Amino acid sequence: MSQPVLVIAEVRGGKLRQVSLEALQAARIARGEGADVQAVIVGSGITALAAELAGYVGGKVHAVDHPELASYNAPAYVQAVKGLLEELRPARIYLGHTAEGRDLAPQLAALLGAGQISDVISIGEGELYKRPVYAGKAFEEKRFLSGSGVVTVRPNNIPPAEPAAAPGEVVDRDYAPPADLRSIVRDVLRKAGGKVDLAEAKIVISGGRGVKSADGFKPLEELADVLGAAVGASRGACDAGYCDYALQIGQTGKVVTPEVYIACGISGAIQHLAGMSQSRVIIAINKDPEAPIFKVADYGIVGDLFDVVPLLTEEFRKVLA
Amino acid sequence: MNIYVLLKQTFDTEEKIVIEDGRVSDDGVKFVINPYDEYAVEEALQQRDQHGGKVTVVSVGPDRAAEALRQALAMGADEAVLLTDGRIGADEGAAAAALEKYLSGQSVDLVLGGNFSVDSGGGQVAVRLASRLGLPHVSSITSLRIDGSTATARRDAEGDTETLEVTLPALFTAQQGLNEPRYPSLPNIMKAKKKPFQTLSLDDLGLSAAEALTERVSLSLPPERGAGQLIPGSPAEQAARLVELLRTEAKAI
Ligand SMILES: Cc1cc2nc3c(=O)[nH]c(=O)nc-3n(C[C@H](O)[C@H](O)[C@H](O)COP(=O)(O)OP(=O)(O)OC[C@H]3O[C@@H](n4cnc5c(N)ncnc54)[C@H](O)[C@@H]3O)c2cc1C
Ligand SMILES: Cc1cc2nc3c(=O)[nH]c(=O)nc-3n(C[C@H](O)[C@H](O)[C@H](O)COP(=O)(O)OP(=O)(O)OC[C@H]3O[C@@H](n4cnc5c(N)ncnc54)[C@H](O)[C@@H]3O)c2cc1C
Repeated sequence: MSQPVLVIAEVRGGKLRQVSLEALQAARIARGEGADVQAVIVGSGITALAAELAGYVGGKVHAVDHPELASYNAPAYVQAVKGLLEELRPARIYLGHTAEGRDLAPQLAALLGAGQISDVISIGEGELYKRPVYAGKAFEEKRFLSGSGVVTVRPNNIPPAEPAAAPGEVVDRDYAPPADLRSIVRDVLRKAGGKVDLAEAKIVISGGRGVKSADGFKPLEELADVLGAAVGASRGACDAGYCDYALQIGQTGKVVTPEVYIACGISGAIQHLAGMSQSRVIIAINKDPEAPIFKVADYGIVGDLFDVVPLLTEEFRKVLA
Repeated sequence: MNIYVLLKQTFDTEEKIVIEDGRVSDDGVKFVINPYDEYAVEEALQQRDQHGGKVTVVSVGPDRAAEALRQALAMGADEAVLLTDGRIGADEGAAAAALEKYLSGQSVDLVLGGNFSVDSGGGQVAVRLASRLGLPHVSSITSLRIDGSTATARRDAEGDTETLEVTLPALFTAQQGLNEPRYPSLPNIMKAKKKPFQTLSLDDLGLSAAEALTERVSLSLPPERGAGQLIPGSPAEQAARLVELLRTEAKAI
């Protein structure tokens, strides 16, 4: 049997993240259907999630379940998977390009002396990994020169894996906390996120400085409710205090690739575009016809968002009723 | 305190991207300090001013990267080191290997880098380096407080805020929000010219190679987005038309 391939699944808010199934699919596309694909899941109280994951993986699912692993901590999570990596010597490791994955991946790559290709959006013939560069103004395809390699995949770009023909076996693994933990998580402040995870949402409605106040987000939220969409924001809106930084989309914030992105009162700075320009359909609502956002928009409405957005909500309500 | 800042010179992403012979043309292009590394420089200066010590900025790159290091000296850094050699491979693994070799010969209390670089942006070099040096790290920080040998950092994790406590020496990567980088003042620009500036090759580091573990095989521009259409009419007409187009033409909703 060929060297195994390992998917590192991520748990957030007590759920298996969708991007973990996308990472699994990436493994299948890159390494072919015959590959020995295994997965590891790290957390606390994750028996049910490990079983759920095994339904997709087909191969072995290693579960590292320990109270000290309830939330991400770099040295603890590295410790949790280190022994497994040494045993399996996986040819490839796949994980999500998320806050957790971005931090964990380079540590594992360093540990294995492996190359890493980050923020992958698709995989081509010959195991070529495509990724955006220059804030999305260009794309590169990369390949590994090293025997082992680590890949992080951008959420919402590679289709999630389908359930396996037969579920894989869950193997519990022990966890021994590192003797000397030089980094300790003192506190985690979870922002009450919206109902829909921004990075995984199919539709995103974003507000910029043009919404003018925290109340100005209300019409956007109503539209989001009708469409089952997530609400996002530009840095301008966050800095002005209209919304929490947890909503920020762009280079510094979250990168989203929804089917539909509706930018309301956002000028379209390059750092904002870096976070949304891969969306399938982009709609811009802005009262300035010269706003750069119109250059990337498929559909543009020059107008006042406070007029247009409530009318849109009404129209959608009619057709979706 | 001995503070080291990892600094990459990047392409200003405001620039238009032109591809020539499979490379991004740098003809007449403006290069800048990677914006996230600028926050790292600023943080280093503030920590030095508070706790005393020395700030050394280190970059792996071509000759032109010297400009970015000089800019950091003009901001107030004390010394600069450029690791440059055609034998250093073009990826994160190679850059981290060269930095590791250099830093393992120094006495280090604090290392600051950026969250990722805005041009090729793998977001790997700094964290890889921490692992290779065996230093604890916190990535994507929005605040840093140092008290003796303990550092308390706030980390931005997709909008959640984590507070971590780390024992120095340690490495941190900067996220937007950490601080407001200063502009170099004229006297500091003059002073920068006299500050120590070292240029080191792999031979100087005692390294025979720093090999890349990945390679780029192609570079392309994004497919042209079909020219977008502006929807005319009154707000009510615009709204109705947009909903219709999304359903019929874009088949998105
Ligand atoms: C290192 C760095 C990282 C950054 N990272 C990010 C990031 O991750 N995300 C991000 O978004 N930005 C980021 N920025 C900031 C970015 O450069 C812009 O400043 C920011 O995106 C501007 O936000 P905005 O479009 O909401 O505001 P503005 O640029 O002020 O635009 C407001 C728009 O609203 C329109 N408007 C006003 N009123 C109305 C109305 N009633 N109806 C319709 N339209 C109206 C105006 O015409 C204007 O176009 C970053 C900057 C730096 C330097
Ligand atoms: C001779 C030579 C020529 C080079 N030419 C280029 C070039 O044309 N284009 C190019 O993008 N790179 C070039 N490099 C630099 C090197 O290839 C890149 O830094 C490396 O690929 C990592 O880039 P990244 O953008 O993924 O960094 P990331 O992993 O995204 O960077 C994360 C953080 O690590 C630190 N860091 C990253 N790279 C460096 C570095 N080089 N020096 C110090 N700190 C760093 C910074 O703090 C940064 O914020 C060259 C290097 C050499 C020696």
